[in-house]
Amino acid sequence: MDRIPILKMGEFLLVTIQVDLYDRLALTLESDLMNMVSRTEARGVLIDISAVSIVDSFMGRILGNIASMSKIMDAETVVVGMQPAVAITLVELGLTLSGVHTALDVEMGMELLREKIGPQPNDEEDLYDDII
Amino acid sequence: MQSQTTSYLKKNKKYILEAWMSNQLTDATLREDLISNEELHAQSEDLLDALLKALNSGTFNLEADAYQPVIDLLSEISITRARQGFSPRETTLFVLSLKKALQVALQQEFKDNHQLLYQEVLELNDILDSLSIVTTETFIKGREEVILRQTDEISEISTPVIRVWEGILALPIIGTLDSARTQVVMENLLEKIVETSSRIAILDISGVPAVDSLVAQHLIKTVSATRLMGAECIISGIRAEIAQTIVHLGIDLSNIYTKASLASALKLAFSMLNIEVRRGEKKFVR
Repeated sequence: MDRIPILKMGEFLLVTIQVDLYDRLALTLESDLMNMVSRTEARGVLIDISAVSIVDSFMGRILGNIASMSKIMDAETVVVGMQPAVAITLVELGLTLSGVHTALDVEMGMELLREKIGPQPNDEEDLYDDII
Repeated sequence: MQSQTTSYLKKNKKYILEAWMSNQLTDATLREDLISNEELHAQSEDLLDALLKALNSGTFNLEADAYQPVIDLLSEISITRARQGFSPRETTLFVLSLKKALQVALQQEFKDNHQLLYQEVLELNDILDSLSIVTTETFIKGREEVILRQTDEISEISTPVIRVWEGILALPIIGTLDSARTQVVMENLLEKIVETSSRIAILDISGVPAVDSLVAQHLIKTVSATRLMGAECIISGIRAEIAQTIVHLGIDLSNIYTKASLASALKLAFSMLNIEVRRGEKKFVR
């Protein structure tokens, strides 16, 4: 069965969806991702959907679910690279994905995630310096 | 029509063509600026050839296959003329002046046999009248195409997306927003956001005379779509009366950034992107 790879990048998990999501695949992704978040104690999840051209209300809901689930496991979710057509479709469907952060591309998404989760542990020294 | 007639017409093609040409040229409305004499001659000759060939087939039903080349040719000429800006009168006269030329030719051939002349002229008139209807129809169709294209162009031109700063787009909307136009606005804006990877879009509606609940709904949709893509949208240029309408309609714009002018929206965009613009020493020399 198809699976969508989840990559770990430091404190973040990176998911790049390269195929059109059908319902079962989306559900598998949801549970895989949650297991991964809990196992790696990730602080952020970045989902790149720039290759997705078709979207339905189910997928919109899954994205929302992933965001709220991550949130209660203390991880922020950023969805990046949404195509104009996809955005229009979601808005027409009445799904504004409130609670999901969005960014234009992976780079900006990473930046946003870093901003959201606050200072990194390895930045602590600098913080300490500032205080002194 | 009798075969004797068609062969007569065929034989006298050159004469008819000349008569037709002189009919067209003497016509006061002829537009020499739009079409050259040679071109007109070539068009006329092609059409006359096609018509005579069709008449030769023996049927006088315009639906018949034999007339298809004539109709095709005529439609093409007519559509081209519509695009070139000929008037409907000029285009129809193109066919009607042929009728006159043919009638004169027949009159000469059958001047001794009035009954036959009458019969032949009637049949010929029927065909040419139908052809002139075809001409008018295709002319109107051509014009409609032109109008449709212009409508598209207008809605395209009237919603320019401008990159005012690195990462900031502005979209001044001028004129009334309707559903179709809002769709164009939304698509253009989103495409441009991807293209320029801009993080902020300013929708300036100071050129929009009125906002009703539908338009407001569209604006909210556009803002939501931009947010989904990962950009932020600022609406600027909300006039006093529009603000009043919006509140009276009970539309909630509280979770949307709104600014009074494009300048203040730009200022907000700068602060969102942590860009600082300062007045420096005067260095600018023309």
